[in-house]
Amino acid sequence: MTAGRFGDFGGRYVPEALIPALDELDEARRSAMADPTFLDELDRLHRTYTGRPSIITEVPRFAEHAGGARIILKREDLNHTGSHKINNVLAQALLTKRMGKTRVIAETGAGQHGVATATAAALMGLDCTVYMGKVDTERQALNVARMRMLGAEVVPVDHGSATLKDAINEALRDWVAAVDTTHYLIGTVTGPHPFPEMVRDFHRIIGVEAREQVLEHTGRLPDVVVACVGGGSNAMGIFHRFIEDEGVRLVGVEAGGEGLEGRHAARFASATPGVLHGAMSYLMQDEDGQTVESHSVSAGLDYPSVGPEHSYLRDTGRAEYVYATDDEAMEAFALLCRTEGIIPALESAHGLAGALHLGRELGPDAIILVNLSGRGDKDMHTAAEWFGLVDDVVEDDEIVPPGESDDPGATGDGRTQL
Amino acid sequence: MSTEVTASAEPGTGDTDRGVASVIERCRAEGRAALVGYLPVGFPDVETSIRAMVAMVESGVDIVEIGLPYSDPVIDGPVIQRATEAALRAGTHVVDGFRAARAVRDAGAPPLVMSYWNLILRRGVDRYAAELAAAGGAGLITPDLIPDEAADWIAASDREGLDRVFLVAPSSTPERLSRVTAASRGFVYAASTMGVTGERASVGPAARDLVERTRALTELPVCVGLGVSNGDQAAELAEYADGVIVGTAFVRALTGDGQDGDVEARLEAVRELARDLARGVRERRQS
Repeated sequence: MTAGRFGDFGGRYVPEALIPALDELDEARRSAMADPTFLDELDRLHRTYTGRPSIITEVPRFAEHAGGARIILKREDLNHTGSHKINNVLAQALLTKRMGKTRVIAETGAGQHGVATATAAALMGLDCTVYMGKVDTERQALNVARMRMLGAEVVPVDHGSATLKDAINEALRDWVAAVDTTHYLIGTVTGPHPFPEMVRDFHRIIGVEAREQVLEHTGRLPDVVVACVGGGSNAMGIFHRFIEDEGVRLVGVEAGGEGLEGRHAARFASATPGVLHGAMSYLMQDEDGQTVESHSVSAGLDYPSVGPEHSYLRDTGRAEYVYATDDEAMEAFALLCRTEGIIPALESAHGLAGALHLGRELGPDAIILVNLSGRGDKDMHTAAEWFGLVDDVVEDDEIVPPGESDDPGATGDGRTQL
Repeated sequence: MSTEVTASAEPGTGDTDRGVASVIERCRAEGRAALVGYLPVGFPDVETSIRAMVAMVESGVDIVEIGLPYSDPVIDGPVIQRATEAALRAGTHVVDGFRAARAVRDAGAPPLVMSYWNLILRRGVDRYAAELAAAGGAGLITPDLIPDEAADWIAASDREGLDRVFLVAPSSTPERLSRVTAASRGFVYAASTMGVTGERASVGPAARDLVERTRALTELPVCVGLGVSNGDQAAELAEYADGVIVGTAFVRALTGDGQDGDVEARLEAVRELARDLARGVRERRQS
């Protein structure tokens, strides 16, 4: 058993050339997490830049549709840049400076982590390159412009399937060649050790705050904590503080896409353990071990593997994993908009769909805490198409791109953001 | 002198002659470096790729590195990426590597399979090792498997008498070099530059430094890869390395210059490159 394992999962399946950089990073983050100067600086950024602590909001009108259970949202959507991603990005950017490196690189599915990384790089004066599947750059031209506005270089990746996993491959290639000056700012709880553990720790604040807030608001712990799971960073962030609270169920909601008969990203419902991007975890793969492409209406959940600690929590039974289809997620998305005046990210809408099911199962005495990991402004194009809100505009390619591509590898839907 | 030096385990009960040691030993005796040539199986199709590997052997390649196409080849540059993507689209499977291994062995050279780890893991490490040995394979080169994660493979390769070629890089610390060399068998693969596979105008001083640092820790042969594309570069490396590994240049030769269909011309280009490199590894030139 090597360092950085969660049971059988995790590890370091990367070229030898990267091992010294991973060791350096591991040492740097350990010393930083024990250094009051680093922690104070991070805390100051959380308060004065991100807007932490994020609030909780109870949503009774939404909860009427969930068997009357009490539903409480942790509002990561209110953070600067619009999602939980900023928690990890600011911390890793500080670490980058601490290691004396001057450049960060990042992957992004369709923009959210890329924008957060470009934001932190601008704030701290770091060079920034973001790798993004070419299909996604075309469908997310506005986000490419946002990143460039913030001073980042955006590199379209046009080989493989030209989507998120290929953007990660290209970022890894860049990192091997430029590791002396460059930190790879991975955006979720996957990749080689120490990334899964480190990114989790940088998001742990979500659960620490929420646990205290729910206790204060309701006088007790929630019965269930629910979060969507793509790579799984927002879920690890809110779960981790509750792991030792044995009475609290932890439920991760994967993207069921078109349903298990069609294309989807429900790894735990269908996949077997394997290695991708440096970590052993559940992986959608064919008989030969080639990666199978995933699909979700939400690009942030559209990834064929999942953070290794989730695999461990699943196999040990501490957390449960369910999935919500595109239809169910869109229904929950619309419901929160119309009952509470909150437009959630499509990713987070999967968590809401899970909460609707759980509430009906548990009844009115239950308290369900949902991580509202991001806001949905970015998803308006998908929503407009889905619900037919702007049919007079959809015809105009100049204003609303079709969200389709001739590229045979473009099986995902890149109109939303990671 | 023996090159079968492993600190981690006994060679096991397998046929230890399966590996590449005797070939590299013979090259040393001839006062030259070994020539290691890479091609991915299945590009442009399985039959042609195997013909090209046999052509390499007939034209002076001492050891063949058979690449298994993989969906996420993070250590490969654009030329090899395009070739392996095409091989996958053409329906190439992991088992095709066994056919290639048999053909290369029958042509008289030891075949090493180069594979990203998930393909081996998916088939089952023990099963894969037994099948590779049965197909005449010499061992595995594992670009994304470090010895720390390789306990199953180390046991299986000992059992089957297969070589296990791990990589070292210019960034490797003395501790890492020790760990990698102790776990390796056959030879140690020195990645000459920090980066992906691909031709480079010059391999640079980092390669020589890395070979010297590695050699100080092991009696295993040290072969250098990444960036070599012609006989003159091979001659420079042969001056200090036990073997010269060439991949992208062979793939480019087999790709042709848009001359679709003219397989014979492309195979001739592969032979010509092999002959030029074979000359290079015999010249040994001061860089």
